[in-house]
Amino acid sequence: MNAQILALALFDGLSYAALVFMVAVGLTLIFGVLRVLNVAHGSFFAMGAYTTASVGSAIFAAGFAPWLAFPLMAVSAILIGVLVGGTVEKLLLSRIYEMEDVLQILVTFAVFMMLEDVQRLIWGVQPLFESTAVNLLGTIEVFGIVYTKYQLLFLPAVAASVLILLRLGLRHTLTGHLILAVTEDREAAISIGIDAQKVYLVTFIVGASLAAFGGALASATTSVIPGMGADMIVLSFAVVATAGFGQIEGAAIAAVLIGLGRSFAVYFYPELEVLMPYLIMFVVLLIRPNGLFAPVEARKI
Amino acid sequence: MKPALFLAGILLCAIAPWIIPNSQVLLTIALSKGLAVLGVIVLLQAGQVSFGHALFYAIAAYGTAFLGKYFGGGELFLAMAIGTISAALAGLLVGLFVVRYRHIFFGMLNLSVSMIFFSILEKFYFITGGSDGLRVERPSVLGIAMERGPFEVVLFYVALVCAVLAMILIHRFLSSPLGNHLRAIKSNEVRLEYLGVSPRLVLLKGYIVSAALCGLGGSLMAVTLGVVTPEYAWWVRSGEFVFIAILGGSGSVGGAFVGALVYEGVRTYASAFAADVWQLILGGVLLVVILFAPKGLIGFIKQRKASNLRPRSSKSAAGEALSK
Repeated sequence: MNAQILALALFDGLSYAALVFMVAVGLTLIFGVLRVLNVAHGSFFAMGAYTTASVGSAIFAAGFAPWLAFPLMAVSAILIGVLVGGTVEKLLLSRIYEMEDVLQILVTFAVFMMLEDVQRLIWGVQPLFESTAVNLLGTIEVFGIVYTKYQLLFLPAVAASVLILLRLGLRHTLTGHLILAVTEDREAAISIGIDAQKVYLVTFIVGASLAAFGGALASATTSVIPGMGADMIVLSFAVVATAGFGQIEGAAIAAVLIGLGRSFAVYFYPELEVLMPYLIMFVVLLIRPNGLFAPVEARKI
Repeated sequence: MKPALFLAGILLCAIAPWIIPNSQVLLTIALSKGLAVLGVIVLLQAGQVSFGHALFYAIAAYGTAFLGKYFGGGELFLAMAIGTISAALAGLLVGLFVVRYRHIFFGMLNLSVSMIFFSILEKFYFITGGSDGLRVERPSVLGIAMERGPFEVVLFYVALVCAVLAMILIHRFLSSPLGNHLRAIKSNEVRLEYLGVSPRLVLLKGYIVSAALCGLGGSLMAVTLGVVTPEYAWWVRSGEFVFIAILGGSGSVGGAFVGALVYEGVRTYASAFAADVWQLILGGVLLVVILFAPKGLIGFIKQRKASNLRPRSSKSAAGEALSK
């Protein structure tokens, strides 16, 4: 075990954690407000990646400036969030809030299945790869390791700003206060005249956009392939459950924990790579049954 | 369900391979899955949904494969017994941990255990064959080695008998005191404690039963398909079980098999005629069921029958609300 490998594992873990965080934070936000565990979240991630990669390849082939890669990510994320996420919430989820948990999860599972096919119909099954953004930022040398600036600096910076913006947005804007009020006590919020339906819609769109943004960011570093959504969603479940459902800051810490756990496993014990996130979650839930940062709940009779 | 309807359904299923061409393997697969779904339904009675029951399905399937690999072909009934017992043991082990949790955490912990097993299957390829999986030798039936054709006929009827027995046993299990305790976990766990019953122990027993059912289904599936892959333990497979349970109707034991038959039917014909959109079609079917018939196909049929027989009075509606 030498310092270089340690540093490599650290860098890999951090950049990976940044991506996972983007998906997990959307998931936990949606769960906190809507009380629905959204399985279709992985589809938003995949669709964000597909949109960015396919539109990116098209416009760069047509000779547009490479820096457009960055605004493109944000635009495709919002597009997917509003068009797909908004439609799903408005058409389906808004009808099922009164139903049992199981049925709610299954509705999102059905949406997930349907969106898998929609992706295949639109983008086919060939892997897409579009790395203009990574190439544009170039590389950096730290401790004798050459690493892409995109993964080492840009991704964690974006994740950190998303975390800060979310926190500020929730604590210091009117919409944020409305969202927090509905999260805290839905009935009380409705009774003082808050339009819960609207809060749900906004939250869902924000959450979906974040997942799509995660996908857009990921598309620059890896091939976009069918099934990437399914892998991502279980991973972010693990992050969200480890942190405790509805915990935004907690999700960041859990993402780093799981990202690092996974990357260290890759270098030191590769067989454990896929296993690591679930192992961490399993151990955490054994010790803290509601997740690391969940508040203690009183027993109700 | 009425005994007459139940018998008619079984009879129809038993002669179906002669009526619908090439449907025998499909029906065997549906019955095997139905057994696993029945396991999920047992837990749904307690209001707990597991997104990891494919674990027990996979454990039994791999157990069956190992038996064939290391003990020369193996014997069908022995394979089924070993699959079921190993799944039940695994259910005991996992159950000891997960029965402390409820709702989403219960689902997530199950998910994590099954995903851990999934990656073990995939990574330790020198034992498990990695993502290619293992071939399952065709076992003998009561010591008689069989050709493919007759073996499939035997397998179908074995699966049918298993399904019928499981339905009867689980129906009785659910109306036993233990079954009622299980339902009490869903409605009010604290009251159960006040009665002096340990909810954890009740849930553990239910969990072992459900794991054993998944195991039986997994064994049959492994022998039917002749191959086991880590995909057996993947979370989407677990999701599929819950999907079928809701599709058929989680309130009754028949729902598991009605759901599985419809699911496999739609899946097979949709993937033959519309290969690109079969998930789209299935997802759509599920959405329609949840939105318009939340009690599943069985519940829908019952409701239609009830409304045909007599006009829906407020009394029957109240009775329904009470029984819920």
